Amino acid sequence: MIEFRAATKRFDDGTVAVNELTLTVEPGGITMFVGPSGCGKTTSLRMVNRMVEPTSGTVLVGGRDVRESPRAVLRRGIGYVIQQTGLFPHRTVLDNIATVPLLSGWPRRRARGRAAELLDLVGLPAELGRRYPAQLSGGQQQRVGVARALAADPPVLLMDEPFSAVDPVVRADLQDELLRLQQELDKTILFVTHDIDEAIKLGDRVAVFRTGGVLAQYDEPAALLGRPADDFVASFVGRDRGYRALGFLPAKGVPVGEVATVRLGGSVAAARDALRDGWAVVVDEARRPVGWVSASRLSGVDGEAAVSDELVESGGSLYEVDSPGGRAGSLRGALDAALSSPSARGVAVDADGAVVGSVTAHDVLRALADARQAGEVPS
Amino acid sequence: MSWLARNWPHILDLVRQHLELAGVPLLAGLLLSVPLGWLANRSVAARGLLLSVSGVLYTIPSLALLVVLPAVIGTKILNPVNVMVALTVYTIALLVRSVTDALGSVPTHVVSAADAMGFRPLRRFLTVELPLAVPVVVAGLRVAAVSNISLVSVGALIGVGGLGELFTDGFQLQFLTPIVVGIVGSVLLALLADAVLLVAGRALTPWERGARRAG
Repeated sequence: MIEFRAATKRFDDGTVAVNELTLTVEPGGITMFVGPSGCGKTTSLRMVNRMVEPTSGTVLVGGRDVRESPRAVLRRGIGYVIQQTGLFPHRTVLDNIATVPLLSGWPRRRARGRAAELLDLVGLPAELGRRYPAQLSGGQQQRVGVARALAADPPVLLMDEPFSAVDPVVRADLQDELLRLQQELDKTILFVTHDIDEAIKLGDRVAVFRTGGVLAQYDEPAALLGRPADDFVASFVGRDRGYRALGFLPAKGVPVGEVATVRLGGSVAAARDALRDGWAVVVDEARRPVGWVSASRLSGVDGEAAVSDELVESGGSLYEVDSPGGRAGSLRGALDAALSSPSARGVAVDADGAVVGSVTAHDVLRALADARQAGEVPS
Repeated sequence: MSWLARNWPHILDLVRQHLELAGVPLLAGLLLSVPLGWLANRSVAARGLLLSVSGVLYTIPSLALLVVLPAVIGTKILNPVNVMVALTVYTIALLVRSVTDALGSVPTHVVSAADAMGFRPLRRFLTVELPLAVPVVVAGLRVAAVSNISLVSVGALIGVGGLGELFTDGFQLQFLTPIVVGIVGSVLLALLADAVLLVAGRALTPWERGARRAG
């Protein structure tokens, strides 16, 4: 879909921003360009819509050299989202989104109608359409930026650090939203970031660049964590990469054991009887976990009393057995649930969040060893 | 007071002339400053040249300019066009800097986003950069309007000066009333023009109000 052929960008002062980049981005899926500042990732991205012209080499989109089409025409067919959003401050949100359709000569009514659809698609209420960008929060502005890029339904979307200026909670929301949108739209997305965690979370493929515009490794995230090409990639990928790599291994081999549950508000006496190895999960009426009770917490409490919030110890992370997307149901999810639980048993839940059982760290490691022996784990 | 009542039609006529002598150059100056500001904003060399030339232009004494202009542009000495041309020169001198600054203040990421959306340069200039430059341009326009209104009076010395003619008349007749009326009238016109431009600027930039509310 997007092909770089020995693309090089040398600036007038002699610095090389991108050095002989050869790389093919398959259609569909999210490809991440990641690297330290000055590694040429943004310059490479900007070659695709001719915001930067390569000094030598070529860039092809859909099999055609980008230089074959006039800039303005090429760009209307490629969505573009940037960090500072680049929204037009003097236009309403709806008119911002309608920009490319209007440039392409759509009638105003139809362009506005399309803009309203997109506002909904990116999860913003219709009444925001009449506001100006300055009246929106950073996260909302970024959503509008994405909607604007999608308005003319381009097959390719370029995103240049779109989420780096928002706070971590909003960033995580925007990332999840992008994954959801991508499932629905199946665009070819080229995404630049300096954040390796973001690259690994969002990318189907990740290209790691090193300073001087050299491609260090182009691989799937799991392979990047499991088999970094060299010391630079290994150190860029960062700490705990062995542990993080578990996030890409499905936890299907991990046995889900039984776990004792007690109802919040049930009697302490009943809870004492239910304990297993001294622990039980406290659940609400929908069997969703609230926390744990232990024998030591319950000792000395009147058996007639109800299991109240004061008796409950907060639990660890939850291991979702069958979650859509399969990312939560990974060995990492299972292991973290076990390690973060006060009882050393990780709480396993179904897609609705109801308790279905528990996992132990020991089970996870054994499943990993089994998978390794069966050759299911690339090592 | 009775002088005012007797001469009311004449005064109104002078007010109309005053507004015309100040307003036409303001408009002409604005129309010429926009392309000049665009040029100054595109090339460093043009910027240096235009800004220093416009700085020098504004330092030419107005009376000298009015006396020399007819010889330069070939008009008769009493032609109102002389005043208009002179004031257009001053307006440009003031506005080129405003327009340059205004265009320079448009955030780079907005301009580059416009490029990436597929705007062609002219459309980008007219529909993105120029509207966003309005607040700073209007600020410059207000200064130029007040400056023009006060400079028109100088034209009275060559016989075309709107309310300024009341000064010359008053001095010749050794009679204070017309001088006072001329001064008060000029000040009122300047205040009025300033207010009109302020309101017009606000009306043209509804998004600024929105930002103020949200901010």
